[in-house]
Amino acid sequence: MSGHETSKYVPTNPVAKWFEDRLPIMGFAKSTLIDYPTPKNLNYWWTFGAILAFMLVVQIVTGVVLAMHYTPEASLAFDSVEAIKRDVNGGRLIQAVHSTGASMFFFAVYIHIFRGLYFGSYKAPREVLWILGVIIYLLMMATAFFGYVLPWGQMSFWAAAVITNIFAAIPIIGDPILQLLRGGFAVDNPTLNRFFSLHYLLPFIIAAVVALHIWALHVPGNNNPIGVEVKESRDTVPFHPFYTMKDFFAIVVFCIPFAWFAFFAPDILSHADNYIMANPLQTPPHIVPEWYFLPFYAILRAIDFNFIIDSKLLGVIFFGGSILILFFVPWLDTSKVRSGTFRPAFKWFYGLFVVNFLLLMWYGAQEPALKVLGSFTVADTSKLSVVYYFAYFLVVLPLLGRFEKPRPLPNSISESVLKHPAPATI
Amino acid sequence: MATESNLAHSDTPDPGKRDFLYVATAAVGVVGVGGLVWPLINQMNPDASVLALSSIEFDLSKVEPGASVTIKWRGTPVFVRNRTQKEIDEARAVPMDQLKDPETDQARVMKGHDNWLIMIALCTHLGCIPVGESGEFGGWLCPCHGSQYDTSGRIRKGPAPKNLVIPPYKFISDTLVQIG
Repeated sequence: MSGHETSKYVPTNPVAKWFEDRLPIMGFAKSTLIDYPTPKNLNYWWTFGAILAFMLVVQIVTGVVLAMHYTPEASLAFDSVEAIKRDVNGGRLIQAVHSTGASMFFFAVYIHIFRGLYFGSYKAPREVLWILGVIIYLLMMATAFFGYVLPWGQMSFWAAAVITNIFAAIPIIGDPILQLLRGGFAVDNPTLNRFFSLHYLLPFIIAAVVALHIWALHVPGNNNPIGVEVKESRDTVPFHPFYTMKDFFAIVVFCIPFAWFAFFAPDILSHADNYIMANPLQTPPHIVPEWYFLPFYAILRAIDFNFIIDSKLLGVIFFGGSILILFFVPWLDTSKVRSGTFRPAFKWFYGLFVVNFLLLMWYGAQEPALKVLGSFTVADTSKLSVVYYFAYFLVVLPLLGRFEKPRPLPNSISESVLKHPAPATI
Repeated sequence: MATESNLAHSDTPDPGKRDFLYVATAAVGVVGVGGLVWPLINQMNPDASVLALSSIEFDLSKVEPGASVTIKWRGTPVFVRNRTQKEIDEARAVPMDQLKDPETDQARVMKGHDNWLIMIALCTHLGCIPVGESGEFGGWLCPCHGSQYDTSGRIRKGPAPKNLVIPPYKFISDTLVQIG
């Protein structure tokens, strides 16, 4: 991209100069974190990248200290988490920040993903950036799942049983894989041990992929709300102080609900059943995953019929496909226009997709036999939502690019910014 | 394997031989790496202490007709149900074409012990424990995703693909059964 006028980092201190000649890390930091030319029209939806980076740090820091008190052994794990909440100095808060932090992390990542879907941030030349993002999201799901198992309550145990069982749907090698994952014929102590190990490992892998994600971001530069590439230096402002301050402000605002959850309602997003220690001989009467997995859980559950292959494998294929399809979005969307703002028909389909996603989230939490429309149950109507979920990617996005007439695009970021009247106060 | 750079060496006496050496070296390398990685994966498989708990005996005399108990075998719950004659008759009256995973009731019990239904208590969908004597078919209902089984433990409705699994077992006497 065309660069903003920047000054090169030239250390005046002889020690700093000596060091910079050998490892030019300060110059690198200056060009990527301070001078980095950023489109000047980014709105608050763009602050969620920084919020996510902040959340990753929060989760790693709280997680490392929790691991100092946690015992990954089936007969002790449950009590050790209770001891963290009751006995460890400040443990109640650290544990609450970590567990509600997972929810806040997923809330932020959903905003970030849906922002990308609306503003076409996945389109060329940002396909690799997008794919790295989907990989991070998959790693986050795995990490959250492993973490959810560690308190070894009833919900933890049965989440582990159900999710590992998904792999048993694979023909022929399914059962050996299941035993390999669990380390036994059922979920037990070996399962807990390895999940703890992986829960500790994956965040660092996420951090590494985040580095690649940011690297891939810095090659073409940020997308922006109008989706028109930066053309000249006056389309951009330096990252610092403009976006460091904006991101910092957004993080502070984000911390308000986060703090409310952590201080006042640490268990509100969790399930009472998880306060019962894991019992392999009894499944809780109504098991549901954490809210952030509900849409995918609803998709898994909606497939309750055989079609060529049996319902279990079919459900798992849809479940996996609903996430893996994100990898192909850059090529499924045929529209040359990035931003949804200039796509009159896309806006409606996108809006329906968001509503449909929230609906799937709601379906995921309900009993399949619950009647929602006349005699139609959740099991029936959720199938409709599954159809639209996939149709959005496989039908709407490919066809809309051919038939939709987009509104005229501004010539540049500066032109679009200057069209709006200046704010009253400067 | 033939890359541009090694094709460019037209003075190489026999390029085919060189390609063969590349492929052979890579193949040996893959086998070596595979051999090193396998123990690191295999350590995750069930260990000796888990495998040692392979068979158990259970005394059936405590289970009244119409009652069922859940026992633990290899860390997995197992249903032992003493079925009533009504339940057996119901199961045997079902036509095969109504079944998702067709299997006669006779094939799911031991001859002469038709009242004893012994099954792994895990829903064949995703492994939750179904709740007994519930659902539309008077058998089992899985709380997780709503799969329903009949009085023979056969899948009738919902996402589960198969009937509840019968573990290997044998009757040592009329009241003693060995599972595993």
